[in-house]
Amino acid sequence: MAELKSTSSLASQDAPRTIRSARHAIVSGETSAVALADSYYDTIAAEDPKINAWLALSRERATAQAHRIDELAKTGELANEEALPLAGVPIGIKDVLVMEGAPATAGSKILENYRPPYDATTVAKLSAAGAVLLGKLNCDEFAMGSSNENSAYGPVHNPRALDRVPGGSSGGSAAAVAANMAVATLGTDTGGSIRQPASFCGVVGLLPTYGRVSRYGLIAFASSLDRVGPFTHTVEDAAILLGVLAGSDPMDATSAHQLVPNYAAALDAPVKGLRIGIPDEYFADGLDEEVRAAVEKTADALRAAGCTLHKVSLPHTRYAVATYYVLATAEASSNLARFDGVRYGLRAQDANSLSSMYRRTRDQGFGKEVKRRILLGTYVLSAGYYDAYYRKAQQVRTLLTRDFLQAFTQVDAILTPTAPTPAFRLGEKTDNPLEMYLADIYTVTANLAGICGISVPCGNSSAGLPIGAQILGKHFDEATVLRVAHAVEQAQR
Amino acid sequence: MQSTSQTPKQIEKAAKSEPVPLEQVLRVAELAQLELREDEQQEMLRDLNAILGHVAQLNELDTREVPPMTQVNAVMQGDASDAGAVDAGNVLRADAVRPSLDRAKVMATAPETDGTYFKVPKVIER
Repeated sequence: MAELKSTSSLASQDAPRTIRSARHAIVSGETSAVALADSYYDTIAAEDPKINAWLALSRERATAQAHRIDELAKTGELANEEALPLAGVPIGIKDVLVMEGAPATAGSKILENYRPPYDATTVAKLSAAGAVLLGKLNCDEFAMGSSNENSAYGPVHNPRALDRVPGGSSGGSAAAVAANMAVATLGTDTGGSIRQPASFCGVVGLLPTYGRVSRYGLIAFASSLDRVGPFTHTVEDAAILLGVLAGSDPMDATSAHQLVPNYAAALDAPVKGLRIGIPDEYFADGLDEEVRAAVEKTADALRAAGCTLHKVSLPHTRYAVATYYVLATAEASSNLARFDGVRYGLRAQDANSLSSMYRRTRDQGFGKEVKRRILLGTYVLSAGYYDAYYRKAQQVRTLLTRDFLQAFTQVDAILTPTAPTPAFRLGEKTDNPLEMYLADIYTVTANLAGICGISVPCGNSSAGLPIGAQILGKHFDEATVLRVAHAVEQAQR
Repeated sequence: MQSTSQTPKQIEKAAKSEPVPLEQVLRVAELAQLELREDEQQEMLRDLNAILGHVAQLNELDTREVPPMTQVNAVMQGDASDAGAVDAGNVLRADAVRPSLDRAKVMATAPETDGTYFKVPKVIER
């Protein structure tokens, strides 16, 4: 048995990159949790200056967690894989999720020095499973954006091409995994903010069903759309993490009481006989030809694995972006009303009345995109417009959901591109917010319907940029989505 | 939230893509406790109208008989393995008092406090 290395002697390219290999390396004594964390911090120091994925590093808490794992490894308590399934695994947390002892800025100036007094349920669950939490990750401000260019702390650069965006809003979370600065990270997805960055950065990103994972401790953007989910290198790791994160939570009134199956165990079950739906509406104008080709190749691979492919129709797809931007901004205008300088975060110092304190604080603290969305959301809820916009959008949401419920009576999963193009250049779309919004067309539908999905790498463009395939599944049927994604992943090998 | 008592004609008029004027944007900003600087106003006006122009296409759909989706959990299908249990909207807990956050920890993040209360500029001028 190799002697435990107390200093970081793991070259960063040799560091284990999956949950099982990291855990195994610690349990077998090949390395220690402290050395593994150190090696990841070394990679962060070397790579992050050009990527800007990290906003804060929680090295003290991480080292303490790693020490605890090393003590347990010595006693043999980690021999059973079920005990602390994430023992020693270095994980990063998107900065819209609260973690005690570290700042939570939500990528905004309005929370620049905010230190939350509690852990989000998802953060607490990762810790309880033995994870070593490295720090907080950059994101679009209040999770509003598709490129991570809306952060008050600078944009994130795509590790696969530094002049390109990593996607958003969880750009930091996706980039950290892609650049091997963490084994896995947590992100959030309200309109595609896990799946699209996963696609742009060439990693796996999972969108759990609404209510599958607790939102307690997630700084809310749109409460009927927000989800928390993992970024990983492999589908197996996404399955393991979902098993840790899923479950009901008394602190989240919308969290579901569905049983949590063993997602990782079901992964290898053959996909033969599964019916895969291909919706025409997701393969129409605006889809980059190389993305189309990569997803069609994925469909071929699934057919070769014994799946049957079926055309399905999701006729209300073209109304999805409009529906989303009415509902999400309306909910955001309500959720962001709490940032007023009273209880936490920034307070404008030059105000001589309460009302001017509110306005100056919010003017100084919020960026342009956030202001834009609050204004739109307030407008669609205001007297005289509520029925025409907000209530109408809620009705269209029903129609969009019915499209999926109907499709899932004929197929087990739906295959689409994750995004219409590979990663675009930094600054390319910042002048045209509507154009940026329209690029969310393939992802917002799942958030509106409450269903689950995943983005899995399925090839590269001729410029070497990653392309992701999206697999969507019924409510609480992550098991099928993961199984199909695993088959896609296996076919790439 | 219940529907307001507008006639269908009034609703349709509200959603027509007539551009929103600046005064209305400023009024909405007031409602949202946002102060828009002069250099921001024109850009915000332009962006808002562009987005509302796109949103107007929702009027193409006849939704008179369609219920609004107010609770996501209520429309979900259950998974067979849990004996058909499906969430149907809010699940409530017992109304019992439990410890909350530690006050000292919470007040540590306050911009201005006396330890118990959050202090703010005067609300009422005498």
